Amino acid sequence: MNQKMPKATPAHGARFLATAFLSGLLFAFGLALGGMTLPSKIVGFLNFSGGLSGWDPSLGLVMGGALLVYVPTWLWVKRRSHPLFDVRFHVPERHQIDLPLVAGAIIFGVGWGIAGFCPGPAFVSLGALSKPGLLLALGMTGGILGYRLFQRVLNRGAG
Amino acid sequence: MKHFTPLTSLAGGVLIGLAAAALLVLDGRIAGVSGIAGGLLRGRHAGALWRALFLTGLVLGGFLYSVCVPEAFAFTLARSRGALLAAGLLVGFGTQLGDGCTSGHGICGLGRFSPRSLTAVLTFMLSAAITVFIVSRYFGGVL
Repeated sequence: MNQKMPKATPAHGARFLATAFLSGLLFAFGLALGGMTLPSKIVGFLNFSGGLSGWDPSLGLVMGGALLVYVPTWLWVKRRSHPLFDVRFHVPERHQIDLPLVAGAIIFGVGWGIAGFCPGPAFVSLGALSKPGLLLALGMTGGILGYRLFQRVLNRGAG
Repeated sequence: MKHFTPLTSLAGGVLIGLAAAALLVLDGRIAGVSGIAGGLLRGRHAGALWRALFLTGLVLGGFLYSVCVPEAFAFTLARSRGALLAAGLLVGFGTQLGDGCTSGHGICGLGRFSPRSLTAVLTFMLSAAITVFIVSRYFGGVL
């Protein structure tokens, strides 16, 4: 630890940026192939009132397939000091389960249940020029900006 | 389980896992869509370019996929414009407050065995399932 930590992250190189773009592209293909851009499949997964015969477990398999790759990757990454194209990993390290986490998840769940779109599929559907995807992404942008405003008001109240 | 698509869903999941794994191993970042979008829209200038590029890939991927397979984007739910906008608002606000969505908590967080993410996933799954139940039982599936 006697090595000096770099004060600022150096400007990201072309390989770093190309990775971000290609990861987004592959992510989109995975979501669309997995059926996650069909809100009826999301609602079909979340709907238990039709019994087992009416249930669509596809979303569970999408998450399972992703975890099948991500878990071993994480176990490998944990032993490394830095990623290939940057000086350090940017991984959340908080462990506290607090009110904002639970309240935010509840609010997100209501929106997800209403329309069957979570943020990933909303952006992918926006690219597909789907009208519901467009409206969803528009509302989502408003929600993100609204949160920014909410945070400012909170900070002002506290400060 | 008449709409169940086990093979394509599993394959799609593996692609998502590869995309998220590449972003972690190569760039050291978490592939959480709400976190990436939030960081951009909430005016964090550090990392604005890679965030914008990831989202560009996501949107462009949707466009390319829709050119080849338009039916992958069929919307068959009975939802008004207002309901879709409201759902978007809740999704946007909730994921910022709760620090993540289905990708950030559901894949990257669960994949790192994060107790925060497990809590978030169980909470939003339950909240979404209750919402779907209410919509189908009391609104006849129309909003």
